[in-house]
Amino acid sequence: MPAIVSVQNLRKAYAGGFEALKSVNLDIEDGEILALLGPNGAGKTTLISTICGITVPTSGSITVGGHDTQTDFRAARKLIGLVPQEINLEPFETVFSTVSFSRGLFGKPRDDAKVEAILKQLSLHDKKDNKIMMLSGGMKRRVLIAKALAHEPQVLFLDEPTAGVDVELRKDMWDVVAGLKASGVTIILTTHYIEEAEAIADRIGVISKGEILLVQDKADLMAQMGRKQIQIELAQAVDDIPSALKSYALERADDGLSLIYSYDTTGERTGITTLLNDLQKAGLQMKDLQTRQSSLEDIFVDLVKETA
Amino acid sequence: MNFNAVWTIYIFEMRRFFRTMTQSIVSPVLSTSLYFVVFGTAIGSRIQEVEGTSYGAFIVPGLIMLTVMTQATSNASFGIYFPKFIGTIYELLSAPVSFLEIVAGYVGAAATKAMFIGVIILITSFFFVDITIAHPLAMVAFLTLTCISFALLGFIIGIWAGNFEQLQLIPLLVITPLVFLGGSFYSISMLPPIWQSITLFNPVVYLISGFRWSFFGTADVSIGLSLFAIALFTGACLAFIWWIFKTGWRIRQ
Repeated sequence: MPAIVSVQNLRKAYAGGFEALKSVNLDIEDGEILALLGPNGAGKTTLISTICGITVPTSGSITVGGHDTQTDFRAARKLIGLVPQEINLEPFETVFSTVSFSRGLFGKPRDDAKVEAILKQLSLHDKKDNKIMMLSGGMKRRVLIAKALAHEPQVLFLDEPTAGVDVELRKDMWDVVAGLKASGVTIILTTHYIEEAEAIADRIGVISKGEILLVQDKADLMAQMGRKQIQIELAQAVDDIPSALKSYALERADDGLSLIYSYDTTGERTGITTLLNDLQKAGLQMKDLQTRQSSLEDIFVDLVKETA
Repeated sequence: MNFNAVWTIYIFEMRRFFRTMTQSIVSPVLSTSLYFVVFGTAIGSRIQEVEGTSYGAFIVPGLIMLTVMTQATSNASFGIYFPKFIGTIYELLSAPVSFLEIVAGYVGAAATKAMFIGVIILITSFFFVDITIAHPLAMVAFLTLTCISFALLGFIIGIWAGNFEQLQLIPLLVITPLVFLGGSFYSISMLPPIWQSITLFNPVVYLISGFRWSFFGTADVSIGLSLFAIALFTGACLAFIWWIFKTGWRIRQ
């Protein structure tokens, strides 16, 4: 698939010397949902802001739909819609007028029917004459999305669309995103919730300390994330792993009081049942059992270590 | 040129003005009436005439200028400061608009509002004094140029301001004194010679003088000089705004 957004060697250093982005390269494919995962301060928002024109890059280039965001900024920006992380809205304006304003600002002629259609798509139509200040937080987020969609962009950036949003509303937002993708919009969202990326993304990019550590197909990454460990605590310490259990590739804790077994949750068989049976046969008495999944943080730590 | 964007910003800003229509009109009408009572009646009863014009009529151009300059500045500064304050500026920065279009929208709206109020004051003054406008076209031209140039200054202040206090600071500390000392309520020929020379450093003198000329055909300084001064001021503001957008000063990191 062709790249609709292409970021080449993008670097952003602020006046104080802080390097928010270090030579970022990223291609975003037309029609996909890309989730950018990263801890706070990783550079997610800076990356989005630089693509959208809010922040000026120190060096490197960005093209959107083949248009350079610096030299051909009008053509590039017309293709982009941005939903910022903060709820930045004029409190005294009505929903309709603020969405209509966004449409005009991006150079489109006034089209009330189009604006109404967008409001319907986001279940905001019955609130169209309400002042923004009368809306709930979730509704305000929808207004931000409606504003970003008002000029019918091809690429939509959602910066932490579900930060501080309750579970129900988060699911609701995922449905909205799925609907947008179905209408052909390319979506880039930033998040630090792995479940969010898992639920809606096609590809996942991991960013940390201003560097893209990986961009991978979700299925591949989830397989990597899908590794789990089971820790079997024993009643009595063992000096060595019994030969009957050698085939399980167990790890023995230093004190010999526990054994660790790694398995793949996405596989057909985890091997846990047979392991527990064999454990009993080998005469080992189990005291407790706990499972642990490699978290996003673990992946980060591993990735950061690898790149260090 | 993104004309849709300019028009959108302009209309959006004008709607803000019309939402507060009553305040927008009542306040200048009231303050103008007060000026007429205090300056026109109280002081006017002692001064009678200035350069062949009744004192009440003489202060009309100055009064209009005083309000128009303050209104243009505060409208434009608020217009661009508010999106900065509430964060909606992100949209302006990410939109396919050039600096010229943003300025045209905000400054155009601020200048229109100021102009509107200027006309209301002029109409109000007809109820208090007899005035004839010697050069109506020149009057409109001076009024328009003043509205635009001070709206440009206001735009700069709005970009510069980091809080609401700073937003008020320049209009309060700089513009109001300059207008009061710029011959709004007197002819500078009434001042002692040394103060006449000092006053010539006040740019507002040239604007008020030119504007007054359009009413009564008499001026403190030549009309050419007045036009030059206002063109210089507008040019300086435009150059500064161009630099702001080029460097991203206080708006784009």
